[in-house]
Parts: sequence; structure tokens; C-alpha cells
Amino acid sequence: MIVILDYGVGNLKSIQNMIRKAGGEAVISSNKELVAKASTVILPGVGAFDHGMEKLHELGFVELLKNLVYEKGVMILGVCLGMQLLFERSEEGSLDGLGFIKGTVKRFQFKKEQNLKVPHMGWNIVNPIENAFLYKNLPNNARFYFVHSFYVECEREQDILATASYGLDFACSVNSGNVFGAQFHPEKSHKFGMQFFKNFLEYINASN
Amino acid sequence: MLAIRVIPTLLLKNSGLVKGVNFKNHKYVGDPINAVKIFNEKEVDELVFLDVSATNENREPDYRLIEDIASEAFIPFGYGGGITNIKQVKKIIRLGVEKVIINTSAINDLTLITDAAKFAGSQSVVVSIDTKKNFLGKYRVATNSGLTLTKLDPIELAVACEKAGAGEVMLTSIDNEGTSKGYDLDLINKICTSITIPVVASGGAGSLEHFKQAIDSGASAVAAGSYFIFHGRHKAVLITYPEYEQLEQLFKE
Repeated sequence: MIVILDYGVGNLKSIQNMIRKAGGEAVISSNKELVAKASTVILPGVGAFDHGMEKLHELGFVELLKNLVYEKGVMILGVCLGMQLLFERSEEGSLDGLGFIKGTVKRFQFKKEQNLKVPHMGWNIVNPIENAFLYKNLPNNARFYFVHSFYVECEREQDILATASYGLDFACSVNSGNVFGAQFHPEKSHKFGMQFFKNFLEYINASN
Repeated sequence: MLAIRVIPTLLLKNSGLVKGVNFKNHKYVGDPINAVKIFNEKEVDELVFLDVSATNENREPDYRLIEDIASEAFIPFGYGGGITNIKQVKKIIRLGVEKVIINTSAINDLTLITDAAKFAGSQSVVVSIDTKKNFLGKYRVATNSGLTLTKLDPIELAVACEKAGAGEVMLTSIDNEGTSKGYDLDLINKICTSITIPVVASGGAGSLEHFKQAIDSGASAVAAGSYFIFHGRHKAVLITYPEYEQLEQLFKE
């Protein structure tokens, strides 16, 4: 069972609808008992890092997620802020992240003459590493929709699944074991996002 | 990647999709959710929804419909219509809408733009400027879905909106809207040379060539309604969108 974790941030229905369209089923839930039974958890999120972590703590999800990922080998996909929460820490806040992936979330800082706006908002090209399963059957220059003011800096190069370029090359998708992340919004990236979820579903089925 | 956005504008009235000419004679053309589903399939990078009756009926935005659109749209979209205060802006953004589009209220009071930009970031705040030529042939700003013609000069307004924190201007020529005879290029040029934020040209597109003309006149993006909704001489309702490669080719030169 795929559970989209509802911890009070944003509209989660577009993720659910996109997964349905890609041929899968997902439930949106904030129920701990239900989440505990998940084989895959999608961690969405928009807004500030500390606010996201506070909400996860408040609802008792931090320990639960750690238990699921470390003990039960449950797959987790963080999207946007959800991906940043997978990391150890963020320049945006003082709370610890979930720490599934080693590294820090950093703020975009550009010089005036670079003329780049923060947040990075709009469509951008995603460059996956070779043979990345989540990005198969996508054309070169496949574009995805981004809205974010912070980016992740991985400590280990092998955790980087794809990069995008905005003032600098940054990791826009990550993977370490059963933990996956996407900085962009696949649920808002029409046919490319659909292919992303199709690949994701196929990966889930193959690992079951 | 296509640096130029080509945006279908969909007009809402009584929860249905409508289209008119010169902001008048709106006729029903279909169901908005159905239109979203069609555009999802067509590699459209952005949509705009404008509720053309909310302000004049003095009512709140239709949050149910907005939420339904946000749930069905696998593309980012902007919503405008009936937004008068910051509480509504927050509510709409929280429903999963990427951009709020403010018109009448922003023109009456620029602080709404500033407050909205503080909350959601400038990138999410679009000011829509509707213009019409007065009897002397001078451009003037219209509000209330074109019903009220003000004495404001659209250039001055655009400059003030940028200063107030708007991230984008959607510039519509009421005189050209729905006519398919092309954008008002002179107007686009005047606004684009006065501000640095992106301008979305709107009103009058009837062919791909018109898109190109608007971009050559300085617009960063083009929006169109009839062009994507009607087909053929008899204006049959048929939702279409050009192939991505076709647009790439168009803007290449």
C-alpha cells in the first residue's frame, strides 16, 4: 500500500490523482496505524523546513518513519520540501531533519548580476545519472516543474540521482537505499511527471 | 526547453467554462475540469483560470472549483477573479494554486500586491491589467472585467505594480480580445519597455504568427483563449494546443 502522508501541508490530491493515472493506487492519510502498514510512503510538503519537521513531530511521524525506513525497509519518496526533510539539517531552520540522506539543505544565494530570482520557480531540465531507473523512458531534456528557495547538498556523490541547473548545478533528485527524493513536483509536470510515477510504480512492484 | 510560455486562458462563469468577444457575450463552451484533463495530455506548461463574474457579483472565489482544478491539473496554474484581500490569497495558494492573479483590487489598492508577494513570493503574484482605448485613442485601464474604464494609464500602473512587488503582468487588450485579429503590439511594446518583470501578452491571438509577433514586441509569454478553444470558421468548440516541436520551431529564430 502506498500512503501519501498528510501532515497538514498543501493539496495532496494532485499526487494521488497522478499516481492513479499512472496505474497505481495511493491513500492520503494522517492515521499512524495505517501509515505503519504502508509498503511505500510519499512525503510531500511545501513551506518552511522547521514547520514541516514540527508537524511531523507533533503527529508522531518522525519515529514512525525512521522505524519504517530502517527496520522494515519501507520505501519512501520525498517531494519538494518532503525531499529536503530527508536530509540531516537545513540552513532554513534549526531542527534536525529525518537524516535518511547525508547532507545539508542550503539557501540559493546569487549575485545581483546573475539576475536570478529566488524562489527558483518554473520548468527546468532534469539530468539524471546514467541508467537511473526512476528516469527511464524519458527523453533527453525532459522538463519538470520546480518551486523552491533551498536546494540540497549531498555529502556523498553516490546519493545524487539527477541534477538541475539554476545558477549552479544542484541535486534535484536523490536516492540512498530505499529512500528517494525529488525536489521538483512530478505531480505538476504533466507527461514527464506521469512517466516518473510510472517508473516509480514499476520499481515498487519489482521490489515487492 | 521552451523559454517562452504559451498559456491557455480559460474563463469561468457559474462554474462553467465560457468565452466571449471584447469581454462581452460570454457563451458556455464546456466543463472546466474536462478542459484541464485535455490540457494535461497536451504538454501545456501553464494554465490560467479567470472567473469573470466573481468581482461583479461581489462574491468570493469559488474555492470548491479551485480545489477541484488543483486536484486534477498536472500542470501549474494561476487563478484570478474576485480576489480582494490577503486572506483569500493565502487560502487560494494553500489549495494548491501556483499563482494568484489580481486585477480590480490591486488597481484600487497596491498594498494587496505587496502583502501577497510577502506571503507567496513575487513569482506567485500576477497583476492582470486590462486595457481599452478611450475615445481619444489613448490606452486606459479597465476594471471589473472591463465594465469600468478608469483614467489610469496602463504604463504608469504597470510600473507601480512592479514596484509594489508583482512578479508578472498579464496584459490584456479588451479591444482585441476574442477577435483573433492579433495582439495589440504597440501596447505590448510600450509596457515591456517600461518594466523589467515578465509580461504575458493576452487578447487577440488567432494564429501562431501572432504569438511570434507578441514575443518580438517584448512579451515573455503569450496567452490565448479562442485560439485554443474554437476551431474553424464556424467556431466549433474544440480544445487544441500546438505540438511542442512546432512552438520550439516558431520561437527559434
